[in-house]
Amino acid sequence: MAERAPYVGQSVPRVEDERLLRGAGSYVDDIDPPGRGEAAFLRSPEAHARILSIDVTTARDAPGVIGVWTGADVAALEPMVFQIARVVPETVRASTGATSRVHPMPAIPAERATYVGQPLAVVVAEDRYQAEDALELIELELEPLPAVVGLEAAIAPGAPLLEPSWDDNVALEYRFRRGDPDTVFAQAEVVIEEVFRTQRQAASPIETRGVVAIPSPLDGTLAVSASTQTPHQLRDFLAGALRRAPDTIHVRAPDVGGGFGPKGAIYPEDLVIPWLALQLGRPVKWVEDRSEHFVATTHGREQLHRIAIAADGEGRIFGVRDSVLHNCGAFHTLGLVVPYNTLTHLIGPYSVDAIDVHLRAVVTNTGVVAPYRGAGRPEAVFAMERAVDRLARTLGLDPADVRARNMIAAEAMPYTTGMIYRDGTEQVYDSGDYPELLRRARAMVENEPWQALVGEHRRVGIGYAAYVEGTGVGPFESATATLIAGGRVRVATGASSQGQSHRTTLAQIAADALGLPIEQVEIIGGDTRAVATGFGTIASRSIVVAGNAVAKACSELREQIDTYLGDDGAERASGENGVERTVRANSTRQLDTGPRRQLDPGALASLAGSLTPYNPGRPAGAPATLTATAIHNPGPVTYAAGVHAAVVAVDPRTGMVELLRYAVAHDCGRPVNPAVADGQILGGVMQGIGSALFEELVYDDEGQLRTASFMDYLLPTAGELPDICLAHVDTPSPLNPLGVKGLGEGGAIGPPAAIANAVEAALADLGVVVRACPLTPDRVRALIRNAAAAAPASVAS
Amino acid sequence: MSDQALAINVVVNGAEYATDVEPRLLLTDFLRHKLRLTGTHVGCEHGVCGACTVLIDGEPQRACLVFAAQADGCEIATVEGLAAPDEPLHPVQQAFHETHGMQCGFCTSGFLMTVTALLRDTPHPSDEQVIDALGGNICRCTGYKNIVAAVRRAEELLAGGEAVPAPDAPPTPTTPSPVATEPTPTTPAPVAAEAGHG
Repeated sequence: MAERAPYVGQSVPRVEDERLLRGAGSYVDDIDPPGRGEAAFLRSPEAHARILSIDVTTARDAPGVIGVWTGADVAALEPMVFQIARVVPETVRASTGATSRVHPMPAIPAERATYVGQPLAVVVAEDRYQAEDALELIELELEPLPAVVGLEAAIAPGAPLLEPSWDDNVALEYRFRRGDPDTVFAQAEVVIEEVFRTQRQAASPIETRGVVAIPSPLDGTLAVSASTQTPHQLRDFLAGALRRAPDTIHVRAPDVGGGFGPKGAIYPEDLVIPWLALQLGRPVKWVEDRSEHFVATTHGREQLHRIAIAADGEGRIFGVRDSVLHNCGAFHTLGLVVPYNTLTHLIGPYSVDAIDVHLRAVVTNTGVVAPYRGAGRPEAVFAMERAVDRLARTLGLDPADVRARNMIAAEAMPYTTGMIYRDGTEQVYDSGDYPELLRRARAMVENEPWQALVGEHRRVGIGYAAYVEGTGVGPFESATATLIAGGRVRVATGASSQGQSHRTTLAQIAADALGLPIEQVEIIGGDTRAVATGFGTIASRSIVVAGNAVAKACSELREQIDTYLGDDGAERASGENGVERTVRANSTRQLDTGPRRQLDPGALASLAGSLTPYNPGRPAGAPATLTATAIHNPGPVTYAAGVHAAVVAVDPRTGMVELLRYAVAHDCGRPVNPAVADGQILGGVMQGIGSALFEELVYDDEGQLRTASFMDYLLPTAGELPDICLAHVDTPSPLNPLGVKGLGEGGAIGPPAAIANAVEAALADLGVVVRACPLTPDRVRALIRNAAAAAPASVAS
Repeated sequence: MSDQALAINVVVNGAEYATDVEPRLLLTDFLRHKLRLTGTHVGCEHGVCGACTVLIDGEPQRACLVFAAQADGCEIATVEGLAAPDEPLHPVQQAFHETHGMQCGFCTSGFLMTVTALLRDTPHPSDEQVIDALGGNICRCTGYKNIVAAVRRAEELLAGGEAVPAPDAPPTPTTPSPVATEPTPTTPAPVAAEAGHG
């Protein structure tokens, strides 16, 4: 067969599209098994309250109702414990003194409600309309308790306690120090101190969550379809909570309509619906509505940073100090994940000697906060990159020049930061050229006649944000490649997709490793029966961890195929380019994963056919199937990076911010599919623009969510699309055979800082200091008014 | 329920249905759960996200804000009606594929219906008309740039595949023309696009 160019590196059109374009996808709400009951949840109207009584007698008699359950009725379900919240690697503990305490989350509480939206009862009826009718008939008697909502309130002396057995509301705390920050700050020419806040957000996938659980009358197994990013973790959680063997639970993530982090969590409904299906012996379905989604699906972001930078008169940064408060919401479920990402991404692409970061993560009577695209990184980058701009402005220097002055040189790679990553390994930036990223970003926005646009009511500003992103975190991902009928190869992996195009990108990797046309390969993600173990699609990890697992499994399958296909099998094994064929986990060698010598699909179909029983051509001693399973244990994470540049126009009369251009210079390692890679960046950038200009979840002092619809929580539309330019400075990772890095989150990390920096630049002479987003017109007007009212000397205080 | 049922007659994707519905039944639930046309998706149920957009008597409407009973006597077109299963993709569908104008696919049905109506009424829309039409649909994955590109590609395909004058960049009329900016390779190469299906 003729050689062909590798699929990896090409913008192969997506194989996912046709089904979805025809409306033939299968999202969780499209699954409607016969005999299913539909569930609806009664949710707490109070942020903190004692449950005095719940009377469900009338509701139980309502038309169509199959049953009603309260916290007392589900007492058999032990409160949910999230093991990940306990995990503090010994190296992290040694370097930061990190402590983490967990508290179980009742699936449905019987005694106390701790956030608005918490499930207090569940109705199962013949359909959702009837289930919601019955909710109205439940008599709920609550005694309100004092609620704690804000970050500062949570640590104030005498604050109401979320967890009565604790002595305060702090769930997690760490402090990292390196160098000699006290001396550096005492002797610095310039010290900049500021307070920056990142607002709470809703990731807002257009598909909400949902669960369908179907018990099998045949063997008692349970099939669960859920709109989840982590089907194997959900299976293992359910196995523990329902006290069943994991292989008696079959979890599938069907088509999933966007994830962005929240669907990587495990929720009370994920447990209650399968439990009800088992109790009732019939399928039970629950699909979240948007009102529920706002209060009951995890939020992201809310942090407060008191950050200080010590520098000299040329803007060289010698020390960074930061005191951070992080809001966990009502339950501490994920431990180090978000709060510790904040530490390891705070300093970003800069070389800084002295660092002192103290973080406290507190529980409050608000919705649970968990990873949202960026997961602690946009929060850190907002604080650091705003502080760098404050430094530049104070010194009268160009903020881009100050960044260039402090960046780690390309020659310094690999670069050891002195921190421990949350996986417990030393933080080492594996590759990257940050100064070049900055140069490319500048080239896309500088030297243009922006000043021509300036008018009496139109000010123009440019702002930058630079970041690194640890991607491809472990522990592992698995892949099983199997030769099936027709000579096709089916590859199953634990990494499911919520739009990231895995069926295309992983097929590119598989087809290259197998030496097959891509049409001969099919990818299955997110089915716990198709592959026994897996971790899921979170944390910008799949192309790194699943991608390398797929490459390895397919290489091993090719070795098996070669032993059956003709005399030249041995010749193929040595390869025409002397290419090492076996992809080893944790190999640090850069492999040419380009296509092997091509297999003849016809010959492969014959081989597949010959393996069937009673086939006269069946090779002696052949196995029933040719299959290979591999896992990839990634070791330390790979570092993607980017520099974003925003050009804004601000009308000081209205406070309106207009994005004139948005430029991204990005390093995602070796891109597998450039069109898909750019699509991930563009989508992330637009979410980041939402963070910068529109989106904010607002709780009032009583813990009521005031922004629980898309009328109050504004998402960007096509009308907000700016002129976007992308440039790539891709440095393949030396840490994995494919040379890839993750990129799902990067686009969302930069925009709040870049746009805030640009807005402040536009309004600098008015004394405006931007300390928080979103920069809505009224917020910008308030900044201008407050700056005008303040004496110039106190502007920075 | 049955004693308050209303009899309705609707035509959906060319097929006639005469049935009884509960007065409060939403058109989304009627299409999805009674007719099993699950290509119309429900994103917010309060008329903002546009995922449930269908054509009612040719006009794009949010099916979550319409009761099935209100659709009595109407012709409804859903995403399933754009191209029969054994036919090639509709040009608007094909354009979304070629330009990577979709990721998770959940909002896509609504965009397809909106764009189909736009290009039927305005075969060569201005940039402002494109943005105005798309403004009622929310996509959380793509960042819209490739959706705008899909509209322009659909415009070409519907015009018989010839190139039509269309700006490369999304409309930013107040922006100075880019000087030496990076190209944005968001469109798959033509060769690769032809290797696709559909």
